[in-house]
Amino acid sequence: METFFWIDKLVLVVLLFLISLGIAAYQTYFERKLAGWIQDRVGPDRAGPFGILQPIADGVKMFMKEDFTPANADKWLFILGPGIAMFTSLITSAIIPWGTDLQLFGRSISLQVAEINIGILFAFGIISIGVYGIMIGGWASNNKYSLFGAIRASSQMISYELAMGISAITIIMISGSLDLRAIVESQHGMNWNIFYQPVAFLVFFICALAETNRAPFDLPECENELIGGYHTEYSSMKLGLFLFSEYVAMFVSSAIMAILFFGGYNFPGMDYFTDSPNLLSILSVAVFFAKIFLLIFVFMWIRWTIPRFRFDQLMHLGWKVLIPIALVNMLVTGFVVALYEHWF
Amino acid sequence: MIATIITQILGALAVASAMMVVLSKHPVRSVLYLVVTFFFISGLYIMMNAQFLAIVNIIVYAGAIMVLFLFVLMLLNLNKDAEPKTPMIIWIISTVAGGLFFLVLIAALKDIVLVSQKDDFAPVSTIGLVENLGNTLFTKFVVPFEVSSILFISAMVGAILLAKRDKQTID
Repeated sequence: METFFWIDKLVLVVLLFLISLGIAAYQTYFERKLAGWIQDRVGPDRAGPFGILQPIADGVKMFMKEDFTPANADKWLFILGPGIAMFTSLITSAIIPWGTDLQLFGRSISLQVAEINIGILFAFGIISIGVYGIMIGGWASNNKYSLFGAIRASSQMISYELAMGISAITIIMISGSLDLRAIVESQHGMNWNIFYQPVAFLVFFICALAETNRAPFDLPECENELIGGYHTEYSSMKLGLFLFSEYVAMFVSSAIMAILFFGGYNFPGMDYFTDSPNLLSILSVAVFFAKIFLLIFVFMWIRWTIPRFRFDQLMHLGWKVLIPIALVNMLVTGFVVALYEHWF
Repeated sequence: MIATIITQILGALAVASAMMVVLSKHPVRSVLYLVVTFFFISGLYIMMNAQFLAIVNIIVYAGAIMVLFLFVLMLLNLNKDAEPKTPMIIWIISTVAGGLFFLVLIAALKDIVLVSQKDDFAPVSTIGLVENLGNTLFTKFVVPFEVSSILFISAMVGAILLAKRDKQTID
């Protein structure tokens, strides 16, 4: 039993790793196609039919380029930076419950790598150390534009973490658990948190945009002021890892948002499938991925619609708008939960 | 058995990286070693069945406080020639003070009995789990808990007051 458990987990880990990277690769293609569509042009269409092989061509290009390290860079930290960025993007997928249990070979297989009872805090811990990749990379490059990008990134991420955490507390209050699986189970069927907490979702979504450094909050890599931001001095696959980690982070944060607000793998009418758990499991995974893709689409849609914020506007929005809204929302939620549970 | 070995390895690594904080020449590297130390300490918390404390340690120390440390250090000019020369007398004073502190520590810890060696690191305690910790904090230790939160708020207000003392207009 124990060995089967480890084999299950190992297979799941490898699958998740490949799926995350594959989805991130095709996100780049999808993003460019979408940009083309929004800006009324064709987008990539040379490599393969409809340009479908474009991500592979990009990957090969990244690997083939010269791997250059600036003369005065801190060599080990320069290598460590993109590694940390990629690691922190990927590791959060370990705690996400991807679907209901599969029944295979007479065993029940959980589609979640690590069922830890403080899953949501784990996610926040990883988000909070995610900033090190950019900071270390930007500082180790020994370039003032890189340093500016790194400093912007860190101040932005610290500021938006707060509002993000406060808005997530309301979800913890409603579900009464820090366990991601329990949070998903509490939204059974169509009983999604978005209907109870639309304000928290709005704050959380804006913060997620800032945490993943996506437009309109992509100041750390603001091209027209900072050349390339924190990755100015990077080339070859080290640059590739930085760019790629942003897409993986977008995928994972969409998954977290789908779990917290859109019921994760729950869908209306899932009680009809209780007799065939495997069908239910496959359907639940499909529904979960559909929700994730929809959120990723919104991420991209915003990037190609809204212009970039100025840095002081960004700080103003974070500290003076989002945090007060999140705090008031938390107070109101706490009050309503206390009334509902008859604590007064 | 395995738990004991892992705990000892984690402890040794924590001490080693804490040593590196002091020994490394570059301040930024020192801060990064301190972050690594916090991760090992979180590992020790997990071995003691206190996952909540472990994660909070990472979020608060590694994720927030050390980022601010690093933030300030990166803005400083840390070139070798910009470093002020330390007078010999400061070296002597700090060595004596450090040695005295070490002596006091040894004197304080010489009669200690290592409890953990007796029960073989068995993770029997469940105090570190969220539910138990919350119950303890809000029943048995509610007064110290609230007092410390008031202390934090007054510290925050004080910091804002200090920052706002020079009237400056930014727009």
